[in-house]
Amino acid sequence: MLTMTPNILRNLVNPAATRRYPKTVRPPFENNRGVLTNDMAICTLCGTCAVKCPSQCIQVDKKTATWCYDPFACVLCGVCVEHCPTGSLRQGREYPRPVLVKAPVVLQGSIKKKSD
Amino acid sequence: MAQTIIPFGPQHPVLPEPLHLKLTVEDEVIAEAVPAFGYVHRGLERLVRIRDFQQMVLVVERICGICSIIHGMCYCQGMEELMGLDVPPRARFLRVIWSELHRIQSHLLWLGLFADSFGFESLFMEFWKIREKILDTHEATTGNRIIVSVNVIGGVRKDLDSAQRQAMLDMLGEVEEAVRRLEDTVLSDYTVCKRTVGKGVLTAQQAKDLGLVGPVLRACGVARDTRLLGYAAFNELDFEPLVEEGGDCHARCKVRFREIFQSIDLIRQASSRIPEGELAVKVRGKPDGEVVSRVEQPRGEVFYYLKANGTKNLDRLRVRTPTFANIPALIVMLPGMALSDVPVVLLSIDPCVSCTER
Amino acid sequence: MQGEVIQVGVDNVLGEAARAKAEGYRFVTMTCVELDAASVDLLYHFDRDFELRHLRVRAAKEALLPSITPVYLAAFLVENEIQDLFGLRFQGLAIDYGRTLYFDEAVRQAPFCTFTVEDGSKDG
Repeated sequence: MLTMTPNILRNLVNPAATRRYPKTVRPPFENNRGVLTNDMAICTLCGTCAVKCPSQCIQVDKKTATWCYDPFACVLCGVCVEHCPTGSLRQGREYPRPVLVKAPVVLQGSIKKKSD
Repeated sequence: MAQTIIPFGPQHPVLPEPLHLKLTVEDEVIAEAVPAFGYVHRGLERLVRIRDFQQMVLVVERICGICSIIHGMCYCQGMEELMGLDVPPRARFLRVIWSELHRIQSHLLWLGLFADSFGFESLFMEFWKIREKILDTHEATTGNRIIVSVNVIGGVRKDLDSAQRQAMLDMLGEVEEAVRRLEDTVLSDYTVCKRTVGKGVLTAQQAKDLGLVGPVLRACGVARDTRLLGYAAFNELDFEPLVEEGGDCHARCKVRFREIFQSIDLIRQASSRIPEGELAVKVRGKPDGEVVSRVEQPRGEVFYYLKANGTKNLDRLRVRTPTFANIPALIVMLPGMALSDVPVVLLSIDPCVSCTER
Repeated sequence: MQGEVIQVGVDNVLGEAARAKAEGYRFVTMTCVELDAASVDLLYHFDRDFELRHLRVRAAKEALLPSITPVYLAAFLVENEIQDLFGLRFQGLAIDYGRTLYFDEAVRQAPFCTFTVEDGSKDG
């Protein structure tokens, strides 16, 4: 009987286990898999990310030199970042924020050379 | 007395899983129980025809959130066997560490839900508070709370340096202490015993005949644990399957509760014996042939059948999850129970319907 | 594949399953693999102390297959699943959902088959 009482008393005197979000925000961990960004200055539009992506959320168009990414289909697995040959893809620490309108990210690059 | 059919689920306060039970009731006693599914069937097995075999690692991890890494591990081990890859020892130890960490969080989740099923809200919150520590460790070491995605065919994607391992061991010390404080409540509290002892009893013979797996089977006194196969690094670690007699809900509760300490011990062993070395070997060529792969999930044995045909897409992927094997137990256990005991008995098999339907 | 694989005919499935049960094997699961437009491979997996045994049955998609639920009750779920996903039919199922385990009654196709077979009016 009353086996739970010590725990309940402990909880009464201990500080809260939860945080008062959004007033207090814990900084994200160092190697969190967060938002995906692409640096178009070094992206060669090789298309490796589009091929490796398990949720097929990246489209690369070499003719118009665009890199198109659907953040709402992305599962933040980080496979594209691992396979990016130039290191232009990076994953931040912050989780994606909620938004009002779901829109794909379209980035304009430039065609570097006629070699792949 | 006329019979009434009472629908239980798919939306039920006690069970956040879309499982529907058609309960034929006489007075308040169950005469027959028939489970019904189909609310979360996604056809993930069929996706092998579209995604290549390396992308499938990430797909199988999403079959189930609670045992995601172990799904990935099972698939990777099958593919490694098919392609003749030799996984580096460090990767095998890291797989043990993360999968055992996953088992702890799954058992803590279940213990919380189980407490909730008989209305013990404060115990529920206690377990989930402890579980947050594990999830934070997941997040700090792999980058995500639940879908840790550390497995690739041939090894693992992330490493644990000694500082991270030490932080993990410190955290496990805290978890062990916090779980110990709840030991009396779980194992001998009057309310808990009143609602669980003698409910949903299965004999060892019944359990074997029904092909049950995992803690449900071990609670019937059968010492069967797929980890004894010695996959990953389990052949180099010391452990004994935990067995309880009784075969009722309380025995299942005790098995899972004690398995938390077993997993903590396994992580400590693995952490002290982890060798240096490579994390993954390179995958060359395309898979061909048939293979079966089995590992122990928190809920029991998961069984993968893989058939490849020498192209980048597999021919067939079949996943038999532990809940799929444990559902028949409900048909045997529920008749004769009072209607008020249905949530407790149902939760005692730890149903994961997303796993079951895939 | 690990374990012994025994090729059996459709008629011998029930007998082989009963033999496995008598030898103390546990029913693990069944796998249905589509081979071509007309036939499938059915694999019955059994296990005894981590030692696997598989029965391999080659069956036509239209064939009426014997259910092993009289021997292993646990097989009812997977046989119903195969009825749903591959459009095969099992005779003597302990609990027959009639192809509504995962789908509505309106679904007449077998989504895991490349070519679906029209199954007439018997189904339902």
